[in-house]
Amino acid sequence: MDRNFTARGNHDMGGLDGGEINRDEHDYALWEKRIDAMMMLLTNKLQIMTVDQLRKGIEALPPDAYENMTYYERWIASVTNTLLDEGVITADELATKMSAIEAEASEVG
Amino acid sequence: MARYSVGDKVKVRAAFPPTPPTHVRTPHYIRGCVGTIERICGEFGNPEELAFGRRYGPKSMLYRVRFRQADVWSGYDGAAEDHIEIEIYEFWLEPAERENAA
Amino acid sequence: MSGPSDTHDHGHHHDHHHDHDHLHPYDPDHHHPHRPDQDDTMTYYKVMETAVRELLIEKGLITAEQVHRQIEHMDARTPANGARIVARAWVDPDYKKRLIESPKQAIAEIGHDIGPMHLIVLENTPEVHNVVVCTLCSCYPRWILGLPPDWYKSRAYRSRVVREPRTVLREFGTEIAENREVRVHDSTADMRYFVLPMRPEGTEGMSEDELAAMVGRDAMIGVVEAGAGGAGQLAAE
Repeated sequence: MDRNFTARGNHDMGGLDGGEINRDEHDYALWEKRIDAMMMLLTNKLQIMTVDQLRKGIEALPPDAYENMTYYERWIASVTNTLLDEGVITADELATKMSAIEAEASEVG
Repeated sequence: MARYSVGDKVKVRAAFPPTPPTHVRTPHYIRGCVGTIERICGEFGNPEELAFGRRYGPKSMLYRVRFRQADVWSGYDGAAEDHIEIEIYEFWLEPAERENAA
Repeated sequence: MSGPSDTHDHGHHHDHHHDHDHLHPYDPDHHHPHRPDQDDTMTYYKVMETAVRELLIEKGLITAEQVHRQIEHMDARTPANGARIVARAWVDPDYKKRLIESPKQAIAEIGHDIGPMHLIVLENTPEVHNVVVCTLCSCYPRWILGLPPDWYKSRAYRSRVVREPRTVLREFGTEIAENREVRVHDSTADMRYFVLPMRPEGTEGMSEDELAAMVGRDAMIGVVEAGAGGAGQLAAE
């Protein structure tokens, strides 16, 4: 069986080929700032999770996460996974809430 | 309490824990390289444990280690005196007998 | 309006999941039709963000006001903070010495609190040019400079600047002499880094404000020097 014992995580990119650096910048959207803010509250204030858990959660995302998800999308995916791991929220609560939000958003379209 | 002092030659362990599921803050590119202790940063929580929400374990000694770029990258095309400095935890380091020890 | 997200305890602030340019002030009686973003749809991850936030608020773990205040707190952190620190260090050699030896205290002297951040100030000299990266994620001296630019977090920068720093610097318009060391710092653990660029030539007699205006964010990351390159990224951006 072919095993690569020196495999690196997708996040561990130092020294790999990278291509041209895109200098375009975007103003952070409010929803992105809210994710950042929630992380600060969850880690510094509430100590419900650690920044290391956030990083580990991002590192555990599928390999195409760096291509197909934006920076704060990766953050919220990791935060949500961690909160589920820690039992702060349940799958049912999350599903119910997300359905309700989606339903309202499409109602008002 | 720090095992190493400023100026000590150290080697980064050439260990490759599968990542994920581990969470490791020693970059892949520096493993196996030999450098010099640039400063002792002090004791901090171990990120490899904090990543699992285990926040009350013993702290680990953190150092900044200085490496010659030419020792890190084969075919490095910058200047001979270019360096890279990285924060590395004590448990990722071992003593190096001499510079460029295999 | 209908749906479980509209039912909440009396006096419990319900934040909204469509984006404005502002957050509503804390007002438990304030209701609003839920609208999708004007510019964008409610994507899956925006729904997730809203859901997580509402759940955390409902569980009494956070409040919308706390989120609002934290955003304001981060918005107040901009490269202008860093530029003031640099300008002060340029005009006052004793301050520069204190800044390098005890950054938290020295920065507090000019009224800025770096919070829990462990900071290392990297002084550029005629012998050494410093440049900072976080190859593993995006660690950045947020408590001084605010949120990092997209390129700092990009695959291209993170992968290349450790291995070919001079080429990357050249792409930013910065040429470092061969007899000057380029020193890369990979922010892998608890330290955060702030580059103190060299004072440009011909700036004798300038005021601190004039000097600060020459120091852009990118000079404090280390991809450009202050003045010629740094002035293109003004501190007030």
